[in-house]
Amino acid sequence: MLDNLQLLFVWAPIINLQVILDGIFVGAVFALSAYGLALVWGVMNIKNLAQGDFVIMGGYLALSLHYLGIPLPLILIIVVALMFVFGWGIYILIIRRIIDQDMFVSLLATFGLSLLLQQVLNLFYGPEVQTIDMKMGAYDAFDYMVSIPYSKVLSLILAAIITICVVIFMKRSRMGQAIRATAQDPRAARVLGIDTDRVYAFTFAFNAALCGAAGVLVSIIWVIQPFYGITYSVRSFAIVTAAGLGNLPGVISAAFGIGLFEKYTGMILGTAYEVAAPVAILLIVLIIRQISMKRNRQPVR
Amino acid sequence: MFLKYAVGAGTALAISIVGVTGPALAKVEGDTITLGSALSFTGKYATNGIHTQRGYDFAVDRINSTGGVKVGGKSYKLTVKYYDDESTPARGAQLAERLIQQDGVDFMLGPYSSGMTKAIAPVSEKFGVPMIEAEGASRSLFTQGYKYLFAVLSTTDLYLPGSVHFAADQKKSIGKSPSDTKVAMAFEGDPFSMDIRAGLVDLIKEYGMKIIIDDQLPADLSDMSTTLTKVKALKPDILIVSGHSKGAATAARQIDEMKINVPIIAMTHCESAKVHEKFPNASTGFLCPTQWVPDIDKKDPMFGTAAQWNADFIKAYPEYSSVPYQSAQASAAVYVWKEAFEAANSFDKDTVRDAIAGVEMETFYGDVKFGPDGNNIAKPMFLRQIGADGSYNLVGSFADLAYPRNVKY
Repeated sequence: MLDNLQLLFVWAPIINLQVILDGIFVGAVFALSAYGLALVWGVMNIKNLAQGDFVIMGGYLALSLHYLGIPLPLILIIVVALMFVFGWGIYILIIRRIIDQDMFVSLLATFGLSLLLQQVLNLFYGPEVQTIDMKMGAYDAFDYMVSIPYSKVLSLILAAIITICVVIFMKRSRMGQAIRATAQDPRAARVLGIDTDRVYAFTFAFNAALCGAAGVLVSIIWVIQPFYGITYSVRSFAIVTAAGLGNLPGVISAAFGIGLFEKYTGMILGTAYEVAAPVAILLIVLIIRQISMKRNRQPVR
Repeated sequence: MFLKYAVGAGTALAISIVGVTGPALAKVEGDTITLGSALSFTGKYATNGIHTQRGYDFAVDRINSTGGVKVGGKSYKLTVKYYDDESTPARGAQLAERLIQQDGVDFMLGPYSSGMTKAIAPVSEKFGVPMIEAEGASRSLFTQGYKYLFAVLSTTDLYLPGSVHFAADQKKSIGKSPSDTKVAMAFEGDPFSMDIRAGLVDLIKEYGMKIIIDDQLPADLSDMSTTLTKVKALKPDILIVSGHSKGAATAARQIDEMKINVPIIAMTHCESAKVHEKFPNASTGFLCPTQWVPDIDKKDPMFGTAAQWNADFIKAYPEYSSVPYQSAQASAAVYVWKEAFEAANSFDKDTVRDAIAGVEMETFYGDVKFGPDGNNIAKPMFLRQIGADGSYNLVGSFADLAYPRNVKY
């Protein structure tokens, strides 16, 4: 550990740049699935444990489309559309029935969904890890000490575009306003003529679509495997807990924060602890909140 | 209240049925010897579980079609009773118990993977049922004092030492001491990979080499860029990675992406992760351990030479372009059963167990001779280096090694 600290700050400080960049690249992907979770949690009080499996499912859909020779931007659009439809279907089949039940029902139902998705993906795609190799190469700086894969840059740009679209959509569109209204007070929203059932369905489908987009990015920058979903669920929960519900700027900054924290933990303590890092953050945040703050739900902005 | 009684009665009935049907399906019936195996046909080990099953089936067919197993002047046919353990150790242990207690199986073939074998071995041991396994290499399986467990394959401590010897030889060849070697290691935290690591650390200490990176990889590994960033900064002489197929795939992908230029890179599971196909450039020069290669000079009267077994197996299963060693060792395990039965000339579990312990034979898979712990001590491990064209080339000594890795990013 001491060696690693020395390496970071004495021997080769330039690799801090690599660590920070990696943190930003992964944070951008986390932000998407975390914002989806914040939405369904804030709007309909569903804690979706299948969040990570939606991400992985998006990744596998992208993989299938990639093998068909479809270019990446089109893959992204198709996956988002497919996942939206899938999310809507899951809402009608499962989520609608558990929306007014207590927390454990939503946890159990979505946990079941998560197991089901893992096994179905395993059945179709097998347990080997897979990846979309974009063969885009990398930019090298500082005598090969820092390398920036173009695929990661591309994924950062795509994530930024998606985020901007989401912000505009939530602020400007009729549905975005209805979602925010429903999050604030579902009864009042109903009184004012908003079909909250439709809003719920849309929100859940929208979440699935965001996860699908995150999955596409994961499949081009990392590797996917049917059972990897849980790590994305954990990260999403950690980010949402740290940022608060429905707080998009909060979610984005928490996502980048966790990305960086993960990478520095991995650098200093070893890669195995990278996965533990968000859980540690989750614990710390919960303890601090428990001590100092009263829980208050924030409106979706 | 009624329900309680009903359940109780039902359970009692179920137990009595089991009690009645159990012995009826005995291990040797008429002219058939039934071997039992819980294998992974679904779940995360499914791919290799099926490689294993095909190896077993191929050998069973060959033995049956060439006169079967001769015990007491009578010829017996082999058959294998399979259950799907769903790649879950707890399920594997249940199924082993079921094979032994309900199906009356007295002779077992192993499951796939060290983890599954670890779950099943205590069960077969408890019932005194001999098990010949072909897919559990973990050294720790053979330090438990099991009497009924035998493995035809080499144990994990033999997987990668060759690569460390090469690194030492390289230093010697340029007139330096092997202790100047800087070693970077990244291993998953599971028993299998940790065993491999333990086997290496002793050797590295013996040489007095310096371990500059020693990272543990998580089970759900999708990113090891932090480890590789350190590798880039510290420039080790050798990088050793082990984390099953997912570790190999992730490592190869990121070695490619980050243009890692370590002169010797050794990792397990190159073949099963297909790194030579998926990352043909970066994987050039990787050193990969293997239990068996078709070009070794070994043969037996049943399957012929290693190359012949390979050709016949591909004839039986044309979907393979190159045969995984998992299938070869599975066939070897069945062959050892035949030899053991014939040597014991009996179906008594303990007589057969002693016969297995005394087996000493040459097979297409290599020599088989079990040490006191039950592992095969006669067969070496092999190291192969991936060539620029994606071929795997046997490396016997440092002179055969393409050094440094001939890779251009």
